[in-house]
Amino acid sequence: MTNVEIGTTLPPMMIHATPTFVISTALATRDFQDVHHDRDAAVARGSKDIFLNILTDNGLVQRFVTDWAGPEALVRSIDISLGVPCYANDTLTFTGTVVDRVTVDGEQRYVIEVTGKGSLGDHVRGTVHIARPEVTL
Amino acid sequence: MTETERIEAAAERIAALGASAPVSGRDPVNQAMVNNWTEALGDDNPVYTDHDFAESSVHGGLVAPPAMAQVWTMRGLHGTRADDDPLGAMMAVLDEEGFTSVVATNSTQTYHRYLRPGEHVAASTRLEDVTGPKRTALGEGWFVTTRTTWSAGAEVVAEMTFRVLKFRPSARAAAPEGARIIDAPEYADGVLRPVISRDTEFFWQGTKVGELRIQRWGETLRHPPGPVDPGGDLDAKPDYVVARGTGKVYSYVVHHHPKVPGKRLPFVVALVELDEGVRVLGELIDADPADVHIGLPVQAVFLRVDDELTLPAWEVAT
Repeated sequence: MTNVEIGTTLPPMMIHATPTFVISTALATRDFQDVHHDRDAAVARGSKDIFLNILTDNGLVQRFVTDWAGPEALVRSIDISLGVPCYANDTLTFTGTVVDRVTVDGEQRYVIEVTGKGSLGDHVRGTVHIARPEVTL
Repeated sequence: MTETERIEAAAERIAALGASAPVSGRDPVNQAMVNNWTEALGDDNPVYTDHDFAESSVHGGLVAPPAMAQVWTMRGLHGTRADDDPLGAMMAVLDEEGFTSVVATNSTQTYHRYLRPGEHVAASTRLEDVTGPKRTALGEGWFVTTRTTWSAGAEVVAEMTFRVLKFRPSARAAAPEGARIIDAPEYADGVLRPVISRDTEFFWQGTKVGELRIQRWGETLRHPPGPVDPGGDLDAKPDYVVARGTGKVYSYVVHHHPKVPGKRLPFVVALVELDEGVRVLGELIDADPADVHIGLPVQAVFLRVDDELTLPAWEVAT
């Protein structure tokens, strides 16, 4: 990632949201809502199955961007909106594009738009701001 | 007072109380929870877990993932909301009015700096906005927006605007389980095939799997799907929701003449207003034209013409 230009696309990231993944991420984010680990409870509440929680979406969007930008990229903000649920056993594909460069508080940042799509449609759409101190923009 | 007035008055009262007292996380920022998180999410960024790498990095030591900000102050398995928690208070008001289900819709987090193991953070939340009632794909509901600030001592380290939809679940809550897809090869000869564009492809992909997909721009549903946000925002991009497939006849025609290949006359074509609020056109099958009237409850079925095309249609609701 030496030359980053507006329009640069990020390498896609696939996430297989197995039941184990849905449950272990919910617990790792300290989210004990039953719809994220108890299938019967999720079905009783009108869902098809257990589904991914929003704190995990935040984390996956962050991981997707830093996997590409490098470990020392500084994540400044993550703005996400949720679409259709990601039920257990679905696969999410994250895609992203660098859409802008902005200066905030004297720091230059890249603006990256991210979409995580599953079999039902767009599960999450987001915008991430990162700074990269090791590179002069 | 009407329901809407009661909710708006409660929202005003709760918002006027301002921010809740800060609630500290159970544990300080710690390596064990970071390790669990990175392991579960598959994030192998070494600034979170590799001491030597982190020492020589821009951070000069191990840091926690910014996206864990909210994790540090989650209430946990047996946690209860503080009495002055504005989100809890607003949820209780909406529960009382019958808006009993909740789904998170938006999260905007700003990280002022990275946190390090050993730091104690506390969260304080205020009610920012309550908007409704809105018709949504899930049912009628209210959008509740809160603003949370995380502090380490007196220093604000992260902020979040969080929005949930608190809704009244419709009778059929989930996406259509076992939607009826009927083989209709007799339509293949005379059917007018739709021009499928990038704007409408999702709709026709949906009918193939028994889903009536409705284009959504932000919170606004639009059908037929179009290329531009109805509000005129040229930067907006659409997604879609899967309609429950139930609605009422808004208008209809009975086609007696001329003959249509592959079809017996007369047949009924109905414009149906979905429970979600948009109108969708389709043939009303297996109905005696004499029984059809405006307001007739119908449900979606799907006529599978061939591998390429499945048409949405209607039948009288059971």
